[in-house]
Amino acid sequence: MALVVTAIALLLLLAAAGLATARSSRAHAEALVYGGTGVVCGLAALWAVAHLAGGGGTETLVLPVGLPWLSAHLRVDSLSAFFLLVINFGGATASLFGWGYGNAHRDPGAGPVLPLFPLFLAGMNLVLIADDAFVFLVSWEFMSLASWLLVLSTHREAETPRAARVYLVMASFGTACLLLAFGLLAGAHGDYSFTAIRAHAPEAGAAAAGVLLVLVGAGSKAGVVPLHVWLPLAHPAAPSHVSALMSGVMTKVAIYAIIRVTFDLIGQPQWWWGGILLAFGALTAVMGVLYALMQDDMKRLLAYSTVENIGAIVIALGLALVFKASSVPVIAALAMSAALLHVVNHSLFKTLLFYGAGSVLAATHTRDLGRMGGLIHRMPATAFLMLIGAAAISALPPLNGFVGEWLLFQAILNAPALPQWALKIGIAVVGAALALATALAAACFVRLYGTAFLGRPRSAAAAQAHETNRAMTLGMAVPAALCVVIGVLPTPLIRLFEPATRLLVEAGPFDDRALQPWIRLAPTSAIGNSYNGLVMLVTIAILSVLLVLVIHRWASARVRRSEPWGCGFADPDPQAVSQYTASSFAQPIRRAFGSTVFAAKDHVDMPEPGDTRPARLTVTMIDPAWGWLFRPVGRAVDRAADVINRLQFLTIRRYLTLMFLALVVLLVMVAVTQR
Amino acid sequence: MNALADVLLQMVQMALVLALAPLLTGFVRLVKARLLGRRGPSVLQPYRDLARLLRKDAVLAHNASWLFRATPYMMFTALWLAAGLVPTFTTQLALAPTADLIALIALLGAARFFLALAGMDTGTSFGGIGSSREMMIAALAEPAMLMVVFSVSILVRTTSLAEIATFMMSGAVGLRISLALAVIALVMVAIAENARIPVDNPATHLELTMVHEAMVLEYSGRHLALVEAAAMLKLLLYAALIACIFVPWGMAGPGGGGGAVLLGMATFTAKLGVAGVLLAVFETSIAKMRVFRVSEFLGGALLLSLLGAIFLYVSRGV
Amino acid sequence: MPDIAYDASHLLGAVVLLMSFALLYQRRLFSLLNVFTLQALALSAAAAWQGYAHGEPHLYVTALLTLTLKAIVMPLALHRIIVKLNIQRAIEPALSIGLTMVAGVSLVTLSILLVLPVTAEATALTRENLALSLSVVLLGLLMMISRRNAVSQVVGFMSIENGLILAAVGVAGMPLVVEMSVAFSVMVAFIVFGIFLFHIRERFDTLDMQEIESFRGEHR
Repeated sequence: MALVVTAIALLLLLAAAGLATARSSRAHAEALVYGGTGVVCGLAALWAVAHLAGGGGTETLVLPVGLPWLSAHLRVDSLSAFFLLVINFGGATASLFGWGYGNAHRDPGAGPVLPLFPLFLAGMNLVLIADDAFVFLVSWEFMSLASWLLVLSTHREAETPRAARVYLVMASFGTACLLLAFGLLAGAHGDYSFTAIRAHAPEAGAAAAGVLLVLVGAGSKAGVVPLHVWLPLAHPAAPSHVSALMSGVMTKVAIYAIIRVTFDLIGQPQWWWGGILLAFGALTAVMGVLYALMQDDMKRLLAYSTVENIGAIVIALGLALVFKASSVPVIAALAMSAALLHVVNHSLFKTLLFYGAGSVLAATHTRDLGRMGGLIHRMPATAFLMLIGAAAISALPPLNGFVGEWLLFQAILNAPALPQWALKIGIAVVGAALALATALAAACFVRLYGTAFLGRPRSAAAAQAHETNRAMTLGMAVPAALCVVIGVLPTPLIRLFEPATRLLVEAGPFDDRALQPWIRLAPTSAIGNSYNGLVMLVTIAILSVLLVLVIHRWASARVRRSEPWGCGFADPDPQAVSQYTASSFAQPIRRAFGSTVFAAKDHVDMPEPGDTRPARLTVTMIDPAWGWLFRPVGRAVDRAADVINRLQFLTIRRYLTLMFLALVVLLVMVAVTQR
Repeated sequence: MNALADVLLQMVQMALVLALAPLLTGFVRLVKARLLGRRGPSVLQPYRDLARLLRKDAVLAHNASWLFRATPYMMFTALWLAAGLVPTFTTQLALAPTADLIALIALLGAARFFLALAGMDTGTSFGGIGSSREMMIAALAEPAMLMVVFSVSILVRTTSLAEIATFMMSGAVGLRISLALAVIALVMVAIAENARIPVDNPATHLELTMVHEAMVLEYSGRHLALVEAAAMLKLLLYAALIACIFVPWGMAGPGGGGGAVLLGMATFTAKLGVAGVLLAVFETSIAKMRVFRVSEFLGGALLLSLLGAIFLYVSRGV
Repeated sequence: MPDIAYDASHLLGAVVLLMSFALLYQRRLFSLLNVFTLQALALSAAAAWQGYAHGEPHLYVTALLTLTLKAIVMPLALHRIIVKLNIQRAIEPALSIGLTMVAGVSLVTLSILLVLPVTAEATALTRENLALSLSVVLLGLLMMISRRNAVSQVVGFMSIENGLILAAVGVAGMPLVVEMSVAFSVMVAFIVFGIFLFHIRERFDTLDMQEIESFRGEHR
């Protein structure tokens, strides 16, 4: 406990150091801040592992800071420790990558990142150990503002101001919701410490309203559709290692908030809360990946893919909640393990992919997929590591993304154990939606990887790209290696965070009486089903090597190079314009889904025969979240503002009248409620 | 001792699927040719084709990367392993606990992922067309297949293929709406995934209508041999999967002796023969559909399988 | 031990529902008629099987009626009408096929959710049969609203009747009179629609409902 607080203090010191050295040599300042942050985060992550391995006991601390009659309550239990691990590990790799990134990609006129980076991490750490609503909200806001300033650090780019504005509005809205939620949960006692909330379970109505508000408030931070609109604007706008932290890690803090309130603070949940989570999770997963498939900006695509993965996590949480509410703890444990495992997995492969996007950005100075291509030849290490990330996020065995998916499907297949008809059938539909999202995610990452790294270069910058520096490669290699290790041997990790699962749903995924083989994954509740990534990997590896040897020895080992077949058309253009682009790759899916969801329309401007101007294809799409939710809300707010504006120009008598009327109304309300 | 027998059976199974896969493809081609009034090539022709391709040099595009060269090997072994995981003549397989039905579907997905990437690697339009269409088809086929798994697992309470086969063989199931819907959906998925008519035409040479063939257009020599062999394995795998889930009878169970194993092999071969004839008849009696109707076709499969899962609740009353 | 009587009727009912989905999926009038024929065949088989399984001979009459009227007479007659009137053979969906199918599955889910609580006491067969026939009826309605062509609206209407007969057949002890009346009402409807079609053809030279609406001055 003391260690975590020390770590946060150190991070704040590093932020101060970053501010102080802003004027001195940049290289030294970066070495100090990123090196220091990396070490501090790495140690904090190690501490979290040790804490979880030691059973994940609860430690509390009361600091006499804040208002005189209120001291700051801090607490670490297995759930906090688990999220501390995720966040600090992400922080450590981001520091490593950021160090290299600062060297490789000098953004002229970029704002100060150095003091804000440790500040951001300190804010996230503080949210996780908060044990009363005040500390929680203050550190939540601290985290939001730090990340907002980090987004603003690229203020020279054209899209950043809008991204920052939308982000600020949504973050304030989210915090307001959380504020109201804690107010409801604390009830009339006015005691905002989590211990008190836990002890006095709020009445049913207040609990439901509180949960809904937390889902809205934390959900908007996590990127749940339709509150996701700020995320694909803000995440890509920040420098790449910060994007990785925002997408891979900060969204997890929001997930932590949802888990903390719905599973821990409120006691026995209602099943329909889980139903809401399931419905919005499914919507988020499918919409997120459909949005991602329509993007040509690499980092924005990744941000939308975060939305999809948050959907999968929310589905898993919803399952855990409905099974917990229906008193089926073993399956709730299965779903909760799936959720937590996916939290780890997503933080690993999403940071990896954002680092990869950062490397590509540093090497080609573009985020546009339409200007990349062929990078596998120019940047072999980045390409290889990105391939691991793309395969992992597409849930391919034997990598880690698949293990989370597998656990989640095992939980979904147990839907018949629930008593509610609507849920049984609803979960089948959610399962179909999740399967659709997973399959579309694979298409999405074939598209990303195929256009950025394979094929021929589509611009001079891509043709002359160079591999970036060691620190960046190492920053990518660490999460990539973990993606493989967790995919092959998931059981030790799931065992490691079993204390958190037990804390939340009062059961673990494994039956302790049976000796659980650590080498394969066979949860108790998934009757007889098991998955063994290690055997799969080893079998495929051995068979492949044997196959290569046999074929090269006895069949043929010779290779000739030649022009590819283009139906008789040899593309003379050095920019390889006849290649399939990212938008052409998405066209079948756009026709199958986009026309319904986004009202996507293709307009072809075909010149007459003999006309030499090029044909043009333009695609128009309407974002349903903006079109149906935010524009109408924005217009309503504008109209309300117009009405209120008139109040500025009244006579004093009218002002007095208004106040008098308000007083009378309040008195009437008091009179009515007193009865 | 038992474990050793399982390992032995597993190896026999791996060898059997590898040996039978080209035969099944050759058989389907022969039946189709006969139905069209042609004599058709011998059923052994696919073996000869593969041997010929293996002997030839591989020709690579200038731009092809290591991924392009590695993909055929990875894809072939992934599909070989997958085909080895489906119980064909016995339920006693050493690798059975490695992967259940969900992992099997994901393994097929992994093979497809890498093949689609390889299609994008040479930087031609055809590879792109093929990859993009293949991923669109897969995006609907995979959920449909998972919904079939969902239906089956509501009934059987497991996704382990060996246990599904054992349960189905016990005869405690009877005719169910859901199973009918599930088998239709699974057949539709199998047709799409194996690039058969009406979704794709395995024998076409008109580039613009191709899906699978466009994706592998740049492969030649030993690489092409592996890709084709993998496609044959996939066809066999789907036939074996449908047989294993819906008509598992004849398979050797636990403790089955040599006789039971031989009987299992005989019935499995017979099932493959029936599947081949049915596929050929179906393919000759239907025309290929437009690429953009495929999404409706597979969306139909997805909805049917979902309907199957929903109806299972009604008939079981659980 | 699975009950073969139950399983078979179960399966036949499912085929009727499946054919309803197939009707929604069709884009050509002739294949629409073929699918409708198949649905009628499945329905008459279901009726006959129920008659055999429960020893209720009057159900054979229903089966025969369905077979002759719906599987033979009506498709042939409609076929003739299409050929004679030279109606455009492609069906123009007002709602895209994919969305129609999604709506169809949602309707089936809805009918299951409706039927289940009501029939908690009933046997699995009754429960399922009611769910199936309610689904067929709803899908028929969906077909009538999502297709612009008048012939496909007639077919949709008749598939609603099929759903009603399926319900009547499934519930044991339903008197014959009901089925006769149902059959006759279909007959009447068919005649009405037939005349209707001829009239439309004479007056407006088209069977596309949208164009007919435009004659009424309804502009969309």
